[in-house]
Amino acid sequence: MSDTKIVTKEVEKSTKSFDVGSWLIPIVAVLVAMSLAAILIKLQGSNPITAYKSLFKTAFGSVEGLGITLGKSTPLVLSGLAVAVGLRAGLFNIGAQGQLLSGSLAAAWAGVTFDGLPGFIHIPVALIIGAFFGSIVAGISGLLKAYRGVHEVITTIMLNSIVMGVADYLASHSLREPDQFLTRTSEIAPSAKLPILGSLPLGFFIAVILAVLIWWILGRTTSGFRIETVGRNRHAAWYAGISVKRTVVSAMLVSGAIAGLGGAIETLGVTYRYAPAFNLGLGFDGITIALLGRVHPIGIIPGAILIGGMRAGAANMQFDSGVAPELVDLLMALILLLVTAPLITRFFKNSSNKTITSGWSN
Amino acid sequence: MSTLLEVTGLTKRYPGVVANDNISLTVNAGEVVALLGENGAGKSTLLKAVFGLIKPDSGEIKISGTPIIFGDTAGIISRGVGMVHQHFQLVPVMTVAENIILGDEPKRGIFINQKSAHDEIVALSKRYGLEVDPNAVIEDLPVGMQQRVEILKALRKDVKLLILDEPTAVLTPQEIDELLQVIRNLAKSGVGIVLITHKLHEVMEVADRVVVLRGGKLVGTTSPKETDEAGLAQMMVGRSVVLQVNRTEAKRGAVVLEVKGLQVCDDRKIMSVKGVDFSLYKGEILGIAGVEGNGQRELVEAICGMRHREAGEVLINGVATKDLHPHAVHEAGISHIPEDREKHGLVSNYSIADNLVLNQFDQAPFAQGWVRNIAEINKNAISLVEKFDIRTPSAFNTAGSLSGGNKQKVVVARELSEELPVLVAAQPTRGVDVGSIEFIHNQLISARDGGAAVLLVSAELDEILSLSDRIAVMSDGKIVAVVESKDADRNYIGRLMAGLDK
Amino acid sequence: MNLLTKRNSYFLLVALVTAFFYSRDASITTSVYATGTAFALPLALAAMVGIMCERTGIVNIGIEGTMLMSAFVAFFVAYITQNILIGLAAAIATGSLMGFLLALMAVSWRMDQIIAGTILNILATGLTSFLYVQGKTIPSVFSAFEVPLLSKIPFFGPVLFIHGALTFLGLAIILALYVAIYHTSWGLRSRAVGEHPSSADTAGVSVVRLRYINVTIAGAIGAIAGAYLSLELVGSFERGFVAGKGFTALALMIFGRWNPLGALAAALFFGLAQAYANQLMIDQVVNIPSQFTSILPYVMTIVVLAISAGKVRAPAAEGQPYEKGQS
Repeated sequence: MSDTKIVTKEVEKSTKSFDVGSWLIPIVAVLVAMSLAAILIKLQGSNPITAYKSLFKTAFGSVEGLGITLGKSTPLVLSGLAVAVGLRAGLFNIGAQGQLLSGSLAAAWAGVTFDGLPGFIHIPVALIIGAFFGSIVAGISGLLKAYRGVHEVITTIMLNSIVMGVADYLASHSLREPDQFLTRTSEIAPSAKLPILGSLPLGFFIAVILAVLIWWILGRTTSGFRIETVGRNRHAAWYAGISVKRTVVSAMLVSGAIAGLGGAIETLGVTYRYAPAFNLGLGFDGITIALLGRVHPIGIIPGAILIGGMRAGAANMQFDSGVAPELVDLLMALILLLVTAPLITRFFKNSSNKTITSGWSN
Repeated sequence: MSTLLEVTGLTKRYPGVVANDNISLTVNAGEVVALLGENGAGKSTLLKAVFGLIKPDSGEIKISGTPIIFGDTAGIISRGVGMVHQHFQLVPVMTVAENIILGDEPKRGIFINQKSAHDEIVALSKRYGLEVDPNAVIEDLPVGMQQRVEILKALRKDVKLLILDEPTAVLTPQEIDELLQVIRNLAKSGVGIVLITHKLHEVMEVADRVVVLRGGKLVGTTSPKETDEAGLAQMMVGRSVVLQVNRTEAKRGAVVLEVKGLQVCDDRKIMSVKGVDFSLYKGEILGIAGVEGNGQRELVEAICGMRHREAGEVLINGVATKDLHPHAVHEAGISHIPEDREKHGLVSNYSIADNLVLNQFDQAPFAQGWVRNIAEINKNAISLVEKFDIRTPSAFNTAGSLSGGNKQKVVVARELSEELPVLVAAQPTRGVDVGSIEFIHNQLISARDGGAAVLLVSAELDEILSLSDRIAVMSDGKIVAVVESKDADRNYIGRLMAGLDK
Repeated sequence: MNLLTKRNSYFLLVALVTAFFYSRDASITTSVYATGTAFALPLALAAMVGIMCERTGIVNIGIEGTMLMSAFVAFFVAYITQNILIGLAAAIATGSLMGFLLALMAVSWRMDQIIAGTILNILATGLTSFLYVQGKTIPSVFSAFEVPLLSKIPFFGPVLFIHGALTFLGLAIILALYVAIYHTSWGLRSRAVGEHPSSADTAGVSVVRLRYINVTIAGAIGAIAGAYLSLELVGSFERGFVAGKGFTALALMIFGRWNPLGALAAALFFGLAQAYANQLMIDQVVNIPSQFTSILPYVMTIVVLAISAGKVRAPAAEGQPYEKGQS
């Protein structure tokens, strides 16, 4: 009837005014970052054009390449999503790496221990266990923030290192692959391995589905509303009857679960075991990807694929043009710098919380 | 007689309001000029401009003949302008001595000369008769003592023009008398003094000239010889924009809200509501009149569950409400239009639609269990936007994109739409354009006519007079009188508000 | 005067425990304490960075990145020029630049300060991992030298007076900062700016200028902390060897209640704990897996924060961008 017609027209009107301008910023940031990095490459004596060409050719030039790209993008999507959920609640979760690692190890354990289960049960069980441990790690930071006022920036980073140490210990002692000198767990049972569809990893699609799910939760449920409101105006949230403390802890639990799931998918879909890798950057990657995607669950995906692609092509780039694969890390740092200055003032301009991340010592 | 301060044609606008409208005044050496006006009249803005803290849109300010430069507060201070602020510019965790010497510290080499600072302060306080302990920490001191430190800060710098902003608001009668004596002595020694106040009898006591501000405009100058307190009161609260609201007699019903023996502390842990009792009846508007700072804000916050009650009860239909739990109080039946709409009333970057259901987001029909019913929320938004005439291109734009008046309408719309038994409206038309003011006033009346019990708290006397069925005047944390509006005499109420006739 | 205040009883406890161990084995105890001081220094200096910034109202999360970048620059410039002093100078320039960048983002652009600091960290990680080249060496380090006479004192001699030049420089900075904060105009004004900026503003102090200056100088101090790691303590540069010290420093700052000497004491405690744990491992007295000793500082950081964070009072205006005309 007339009411619904007016409603849909109004909603269309507001989504159509789809602020094209602010989505340009991430694209421009990437391009400018690549140009700046090109200068550095030139200074090092290599050819930037060759470098970039080979970087992207490997990643996106073939179906196998795409498969590897999507595989590398999966943990990026999920750690970006984890950071985004935290930011939405006003929390700065830099601990995605530690949460991811704990999920990875837990899933490896589940993959080995529950041998004998049929695949369609084994896999979800392992994934859930991974997510669970990720959420525990993040939950520690959440509780400390909500009930002791300890800022999550420090606790999440500390927990990153603590988890690395503990995981390393477990992987070299109780969970170690028998008769091996290396620090790693046994390979998981075939029933726990994530299938590959054609060349494309199932894990990526799980990540995308989760991203859509989170988008829906944030926008369409009461829990999502609580998170969003606490993130934008703590006082109004309190006034509206939302428990700020409980919301902070819940947001961290969800954030950690997402990161843990990312680790679980890494194990079940790519590495098939837990082995410590000196993967410094992943926690920070999440922040860049979250901000590049404007803290939007779906917007994160293109950025993750881009970065994942760059990671996938980095080895070949080094082979073809001599540029170190760490270029990707540098690019990400530049992108972050370029994307944040204008972004922050716009996205949170009308926020009543004076800072995006709630209270250093509030 | 030299002219210390000359303000010509000063105008300053903020979004939606003209804070200073073509103000001109002069202050000469040895003169005490009282600047009189209600809150919102434009006094603070004028001061901030004189001190270089804000930039006027037009007009000129000269100190001892030379124009001032915006932002050069240090320069203005060095020209002998001192100010004692209403909201103390003191660092709470530092000592009296540290606060006084800040910005101009006595030194011995690169170190601060603590002894010299100490001696200087002792000498200063003796000279003006303002005893202070240099080593006391500011936040431990009572407010009257803190103010002495503020004054000493200003006096320290060989001041030629001293501006005092509502200095007696927090003093006891003896302290007030002492302060007035200090002011007289300073004037005698050649200092020019600007005294900003709303306390009429002090003006009569010390002022040589009186300048009256109202609604951003300068409405008149006079002197104690030419008038009396009644005359001053009339100038201060005289008719500005005539906002006549048509309203019928109230159809008063049973008692809905009862406040008994309420005592509340402010943010500084000082008792600001000192025992308030009143009852609110169904179908009436009770207006609480009073100059801001007499406890109204804390009273409202305590009633609505936003501030801890030190003592006393709040009852709705006979049932006591929970302390410090705004949502529970809301559930018990109180709608609240908060004084600080940006902080408590709205989430700026939420859509108008979301703001309209902010405190009912998890209830039917806006949510079914876990899932929010977006269709219902949107329907509600369209209907409320139309009903409350919220001027916006779309009900789904952010609340932050609205003008002040329309933001307030969003809050009003939300609170009225639930039709709860009690409505508490705190400064409901502050920062709101005239058209919206009228609209909001009509909404309050129709809420009353619909059977709600409305508690209206406002610093705008005209608003109180035109809307209220009964008027309570709040002064110094207590309700000093309650009158039926048909018996209310504007000047009498004005005098009560200004601290007279107790 | 109450001699048995909380603080005094801490000192007493520490003194007793130290005396106990010293009596058991003098040389090992001395070496543990000396090592502990060496471990403590970068933490203490990094805490100074935090203190300088937060006292003036700016939250600096980027200390880790500042140390990393400075350590890197110190090492590689020293390698290229074969001169550690030039390396040190280059590091200080780098740190100041990073401090300036933080001030720009936080004060002028009014960005969220946590994000601004994180940007510094990510930039540092990205740049250092990209530009890193393996296998380079520097000609020398700031090796330990002995202060004449004082270094002969038993126990205190080796612990306090046999260290490299940067250690002494660092200690001097810490003491100077303590005196400056509480006894100079600069200190008074900086504290006012961090507690109640509008009071400072109305007293004629430039909030913006002071914040810029302090954060930039703090960056230089952070640079010394980083340079200390690569040019004195370790003598090389590895990616990731700052290992969270920049964040631990923030916990120490909070625990030390934003007082330089308090933070120094906390840092010494940390350094000592680590040195002691290392010693236990070497002696194989208790069989603690190496991973657990390596995570000890991180766990301690969290514990320290959990205990003190809720109870201490940070500079009141920290983290909030300042606008003129607000009261």
